[in-house]
Amino acid sequence: MIDYSFLQHYWWFIISLIGGIFAFLMFVQGGQSMLFSLGKEDKHRFLMVNALGRKWEYTFTTLVTFGGALFASFPLFYSTSFGGAYWVWMLILFCFVIQAVSYEYMSKPGNTWGKKTYQVFLFLNGLLGTFLVGVAIATFFTGAEFAVNKGNIANLGVENVTGVVISQWQNPLHGLEALGDFRNWCLGFAVFFLTRTIACLFFINRLDDQELVARSRKFLIYNALPFVVFFLVFVIWTLLSTGYSVNPETKAIIEGVANKYFWNLVELPVVGIVFLIGVVLVLYGIIRTILSTSFTSGVWFSGVGTVLTVCALLLITGFNNTPYYPSSVNPQSSLTLQNSSSSEFTLTAMFYVSLLVPFVLAYIIYAWNALEKKKFKKEDLKEDGHVY
Amino acid sequence: MEILNSSLIDWSRAQFALTAMYHWLFVPLTLGLGVIMAIMETAYVRTGNEQWKRTAKFWMNIFGVNFAIGVATGIIMEFQFGTNWSNYSWFVGDIFGAPLAIEAIVAFFMEATFISIMFFGWARVSKKMHLAATWLTVTGATLSALWILVANAWMQYPVGMEFNPDTVRNEMADFWAVALSPVAINKFTHTVASSWVFGAAFVAGITAWYMLKKREPEFTKQSMKVAAIFGFVGIVLTAWTGHGSAQQVAEKQPMKLAAMEGLYDGQEGAGLIAFAIPNPDKKSYDDGVDPYIMKIEVPKGLSVLGFSDFDAFVPGITDIIKGGYKDYKGDVQLSFAEKQKAGKKAIQALADYQTAQKDRDAAAAEKNRVILKENYAYFGYGYLDNPDQLVPHIPLVFWSFHVMVYLGGFFGAFFLLLWFFNYKNKLENTKWMLWISIISVPLVYICSQAGWLVAEIGRQPWSIQDVLPLQTAISALSVESVKITFFIFLILFTALLVAEIRIMLNQIKKGPKAE
Repeated sequence: MIDYSFLQHYWWFIISLIGGIFAFLMFVQGGQSMLFSLGKEDKHRFLMVNALGRKWEYTFTTLVTFGGALFASFPLFYSTSFGGAYWVWMLILFCFVIQAVSYEYMSKPGNTWGKKTYQVFLFLNGLLGTFLVGVAIATFFTGAEFAVNKGNIANLGVENVTGVVISQWQNPLHGLEALGDFRNWCLGFAVFFLTRTIACLFFINRLDDQELVARSRKFLIYNALPFVVFFLVFVIWTLLSTGYSVNPETKAIIEGVANKYFWNLVELPVVGIVFLIGVVLVLYGIIRTILSTSFTSGVWFSGVGTVLTVCALLLITGFNNTPYYPSSVNPQSSLTLQNSSSSEFTLTAMFYVSLLVPFVLAYIIYAWNALEKKKFKKEDLKEDGHVY
Repeated sequence: MEILNSSLIDWSRAQFALTAMYHWLFVPLTLGLGVIMAIMETAYVRTGNEQWKRTAKFWMNIFGVNFAIGVATGIIMEFQFGTNWSNYSWFVGDIFGAPLAIEAIVAFFMEATFISIMFFGWARVSKKMHLAATWLTVTGATLSALWILVANAWMQYPVGMEFNPDTVRNEMADFWAVALSPVAINKFTHTVASSWVFGAAFVAGITAWYMLKKREPEFTKQSMKVAAIFGFVGIVLTAWTGHGSAQQVAEKQPMKLAAMEGLYDGQEGAGLIAFAIPNPDKKSYDDGVDPYIMKIEVPKGLSVLGFSDFDAFVPGITDIIKGGYKDYKGDVQLSFAEKQKAGKKAIQALADYQTAQKDRDAAAAEKNRVILKENYAYFGYGYLDNPDQLVPHIPLVFWSFHVMVYLGGFFGAFFLLLWFFNYKNKLENTKWMLWISIISVPLVYICSQAGWLVAEIGRQPWSIQDVLPLQTAISALSVESVKITFFIFLILFTALLVAEIRIMLNQIKKGPKAE
């Protein structure tokens, strides 16, 4: 039962799940992007920063885990996309580097660059980080410009030293060309507004500050609407678009498959249903919060919904004989679960490691609850002792 | 074109070195200071003495400032394997990726989760739970060191893998051989023990400053006690594992050992250099230039250090290039030219294997598969053009090694004295010792960086020892792109470092009273 193909699919599922959890946890970034709009006064910014500052490491660590899991399970993606779409990934990394110090340094004497600088760092992380992650993930559907030739490494006589490199990006913009496709922008904006939407729901759930909660409710509407629009445009466009497929016998890439992603949802009914439940949960969390001022648990509905929706979307990029990272310039180079994965041995070893994940989740939930027994207000912060 | 390309390799290396060195300014303090503050909190929970809590909390705040920038510089390290070492990521990712993923799943989450309880949980969880969270934060940090060092050790000593010509990469064949390789175990223990010394020297230095200023008597008493004992234990373990490390290098990376000592002509009962000045005019192993301007040796010292045997033969750079000598196992070693020939044969066989597969010529494929397998041990040599490429930058490796050893010796004496004066309750009035403690803070940074310079520059030209040289490990990028990111990192990390140092100095000035 646990054969190579199962393991490849299992690991794509784990990647998709981590991706889904990451999308939800990026509410931290969404909240940061509203630091100067939702947080109009210093006292509001103070509360927002401290509420988000207790969560940012989960998001950050999830991103690192996403990278590590991809490296261990699909190393050809690691070498092709990171080494090729250099600028997109580098910009994303910069956005996260500047975040990592900002909470801790923001209010400390001697921080040299001033509180405002670190707040701007957080804002940039929220604005660009979310958008670019969306754009990068969109290329799993819209394709990227690369060619892979594993034989290159045996090229001894080449003039150019980079001739030995297996994965060759074909566009000199090294990833920034993804901004030339409006569909990528749509997912970028959808992720950006989604993370802000969830951040509003998080503030409504966590904060004990009437004014800020009231503003969060307003901001919820401003952000949920564009989110829904961009999300729908991206999803409908994608479901109607032509995609690639993998011939399960020859492993060759078949081009021009009409409505490929739509059929993936239909032919993988469980994924299709998870996708629909996810979307409904996201919308339920948003709409009920908008309609009822006493309802504050929207973040959990929309949060779980986000995990399910994003997980399902990532699953249909790779399952059902689909190349998850299509090459638009050299279709046969497209990355599939089969041609890009680690060996069966490594995937098996990592399978056992993945059994630790429930323990990790258990202590995260414990820690989250331990710190969140009561709502978050200014007075408690002093008592807790570590204030940003 | 060649110049442009070699500069791509140089800039990629420079970027990796820059980010790794910055990252390593912060990690050892996290590992060492982490244990120290956990010990202090343990004392608080056991004795109920509130002063222990204040002392622990002061160091935790320093820890937090240092930890944040460690995280910031760390994320680049992980992704950089993909962004700048694309071929590497495919060629060995099947083995190398696993420890990185385990590090994230097992260690980073533990660290990130419990650090939030450590900082925010004082009023929200029980005393014992809080203590457990502090220890788990440190455990998470130490586990992350374990897995990244497993990965690093594998680059120095690739084991537990097999080359698969169909996928054109190395594949893991034995997980435990990778995870428990003797080099990995030694790297882990040496790195962690030396980080304990690092943390202890840091705490001792700052505490000494308070003592000189006659501030915070209770705080300094507690801090110095922990630092002195912990630092002494750390340096003993560091010396012991350091000797183990030299033996691993002697067996597995003879070129690195030769570079550490600037040893060109090997000998039985080789001396260990106590002090020497390598000759900068020495450009090649066979240019006849004397390798040293002057040198003072400990007779037979290197043979003992490397092989625990007064008369063991230690090969020099020339021996390794010319071959024909017997290694420690008694096997006769090939020359560079022979290894290079075998490497080229292996690479050609890989190309021919692929052609044969395409042509569905099973016989030719099998023939080439066998040739490849027979010569694979020297695969990486096939990419090298001349024997000088095999030699790492001698002065840099030599000086890094000697600075590390001198400072290691200094810290041995330092912690012995610190323990003695502290035990006799005379430290506060021994001003010169307090000043030495303060000076030891920058020294411990230098020592720690020097250690990694030996390990990593001594590994050149290899990204994976004998298997993959750097020039074959790169990404196909323009040199301008890498230059730009290099300077962005340089400016950004330097700006953050300035802030980090100033925040720490501010916290130290304010002192534990501010808590």
